[in-house]
Amino acid sequence: MKMLLSGNEAVARGAWEGGAIVSAAYPGTPSTEILENLAKYEEVRAEWSPNEKVAFEVALGAAIGGARATVSMKHVGLNVAADPLMSSAYSGINAGFLIISADDPGMHSSQNEQDNRILAKFAKIPVLEPSDSQEAHDFAKIGFWISEEFDTPILLRLTTRISHTKCIVEVGEREEKGVKPYNKDIYKYILVPAHARKRHIVVEERLERLREFAEKTELNRIEWGNRDIGIVTSGIAYQYAKEIMPEASFLKLGFSWPTPIDLIKKFSSQVKKLYVVEELEPFIEDALRAAGLEVTGKEVVPRINELTPRRVRVALTGKELPHPEPEEVVSRPPVLCPGCPHMGIYWALRRLRATVMGDIGCYTLGFQEPLSAMDTCLEMGFSVSGAHGLEKAQGRKFAKKLVATIGDSTFLHSGVTGLMDVVYNKGTSTVIILDNRTTAMTGHQDHPATGKTAKGEPTKEIDFKKLAHAIGVEKVFEIDPHDLKMTRKVLKEAMELDEPTVVIAKRPCVLLKEEWKKLQARPKKKIIPEKCKGETCRNCLTIGCSAIYWKDGKAWINPLLCVGCDLCQQLCPFGAIVEDVKDEN
Amino acid sequence: MKTKNIIISGVGGQGIILASELLSLAAMRAGFDVKKSEVHGMSQRGGSVVSNVRFGEKVYSPLIEEGTADVILSFEKLETLRWIHFLNPSSGVCIVNDLEIIPVQVSPGKGEYPGDIMERLEKKASKVYLIDGVKYALQAGNPRTANTVLLGALSNFLPIEPEIWEETIKNRVPPKTIEANLKAFWLGRDLFKD
Repeated sequence: MKMLLSGNEAVARGAWEGGAIVSAAYPGTPSTEILENLAKYEEVRAEWSPNEKVAFEVALGAAIGGARATVSMKHVGLNVAADPLMSSAYSGINAGFLIISADDPGMHSSQNEQDNRILAKFAKIPVLEPSDSQEAHDFAKIGFWISEEFDTPILLRLTTRISHTKCIVEVGEREEKGVKPYNKDIYKYILVPAHARKRHIVVEERLERLREFAEKTELNRIEWGNRDIGIVTSGIAYQYAKEIMPEASFLKLGFSWPTPIDLIKKFSSQVKKLYVVEELEPFIEDALRAAGLEVTGKEVVPRINELTPRRVRVALTGKELPHPEPEEVVSRPPVLCPGCPHMGIYWALRRLRATVMGDIGCYTLGFQEPLSAMDTCLEMGFSVSGAHGLEKAQGRKFAKKLVATIGDSTFLHSGVTGLMDVVYNKGTSTVIILDNRTTAMTGHQDHPATGKTAKGEPTKEIDFKKLAHAIGVEKVFEIDPHDLKMTRKVLKEAMELDEPTVVIAKRPCVLLKEEWKKLQARPKKKIIPEKCKGETCRNCLTIGCSAIYWKDGKAWINPLLCVGCDLCQQLCPFGAIVEDVKDEN
Repeated sequence: MKTKNIIISGVGGQGIILASELLSLAAMRAGFDVKKSEVHGMSQRGGSVVSNVRFGEKVYSPLIEEGTADVILSFEKLETLRWIHFLNPSSGVCIVNDLEIIPVQVSPGKGEYPGDIMERLEKKASKVYLIDGVKYALQAGNPRTANTVLLGALSNFLPIEPEIWEETIKNRVPPKTIEANLKAFWLGRDLFKD
């Protein structure tokens, strides 16, 4: 059967066909849909974990427990899970264990563009690099087999253009593998130094066997063409190079680590000029150079930003196709949705002139004008622990204006440990938990405080207030961020207190189905032009709502975008904003 | 057949992903190899969104190269101009929804919504068609079928039979909206009758 599948959907399908029984993940673009799709299969116990380290350990535990397992995450998630990654290479597995990392060259929705093939090499585990959805599907199945054959975790490395490109995939049926018996084996699974020293020898021997496998596997294939140019390539770069130079000879690496040096030497000896075309780091190229091969790579193929057909054409031919000059047009970046609960918080923080340690989520957009209320946003959890460090540097007086803003999901991911530190080490930070009842930015995934599992079943729900109290925060405030006056008042009070405080700003994301339905039933707002004072006021613009636009010196509300909340109404001193009630007559 | 390259652009929330899905499924049903690529995940509501669809005998790159798009199908005027350098300079056409959505950046005076979009497009495209999608969508009985009107218009430039489009639409859109979508498709397609 043929289906049109994204790389993420295809990986999920392939893993299911390959007999996956346990899958865990923390959402992160571009990886999220892998677990969402695995959760649709009855046979797969699919779970959202609070963070990638937990997800990794759940899947590893399952694999040691005899069930084929997957863990999926975005590239930076593997940093969070780096500890179990390194150890799992030593322990090995029992049933197949697939680590799926979706890297983000071009940083479409990430803070860096690290190349996780390097992490796999560092951990001493093999790497599979599919170049389209069909291979994503096939490699997931083969990955399980390699993992078991060599008793190793294996990295299936996707990138944004693999994850989010839909292609035609020939799918198959599920092969039921069942659960293998669990065998206690302390020399393998207890990595005390005496055992680990022996396991390191196993790891090195395994790498050598994997290298031999890489030399002969069909995952690495030569496509002979014109022998003037030979291109060694992998992943999406293969597709671009093939598009630009279909007549050249190709060595396509689907199994790129350990690198099949003998195969590459054989290929290289039969072509006049050897290129390596790969995205991000010179990973394959470095291996070739270390083997003494003469190769053209990163001196022409850009290392920064994702590749495109044009960039590969320029790299290989020095020319680009004729095309119209690009037009300079005003940018249209993503913005907070009309009615978004985060707007009220950042509006108030701007007014309070706070130093705001932000975090990863939709609410990062609070840095943009006109809200402009954020100082830092680095990685998951930095808001809370970073604020504590900033306080230690700048002192208590400075800390009176210092807050951390962190979403509900991000707080559970890695903010809660920071809060323990604040209390333990006598900080006075104000931590604002932006509780919109979901992991919003990645497209509404559940987490331990939503009361629902990845399979949609009801479950226990973490109570942020009780949690904060249990950690030792005595002053916990709860606010509705759509009440601007109250929000500003409570934030001011919390910031001034000489003790750690937590403010829970609770209001569901406007795009959550239930919430959206409620909002649609509400009348929209409109602005009475005669009452609007225009340039002399501009108060309603300070909330940064994208439903409000400026035309002919006055503010207007786009009824198609307005959700009928009253944030702008609270800001208009002239009563110019009213409900747009249809005239019944 | 040379691979067909179609760019579909607009503003987050306008239904670009569904439109490119319909086009890809129709091409697949017609027996072509298909790739479609877009980036999602950031809160794209209100942000600029673009989808690349390529189909033909064998498609390698999912991304369209600058200067090779056969059609830019755009649901918003400014979003046509943003991708114009991808258009084939000798034969590319633009199909533009007659709709302006002012970016939020314009409100604080950070930039202007250009008043001469059509003139600028006409200088660079071999042909530009401006279509009031909502007008025909209302005729079809559902204002949310404007995208299907535009797909109908696009269908005139592609080697995919109308029957295949009809089957694809029936299979993919919500059952309640099938009739309106089919009507919308034909309203769009018939705009190029002459």
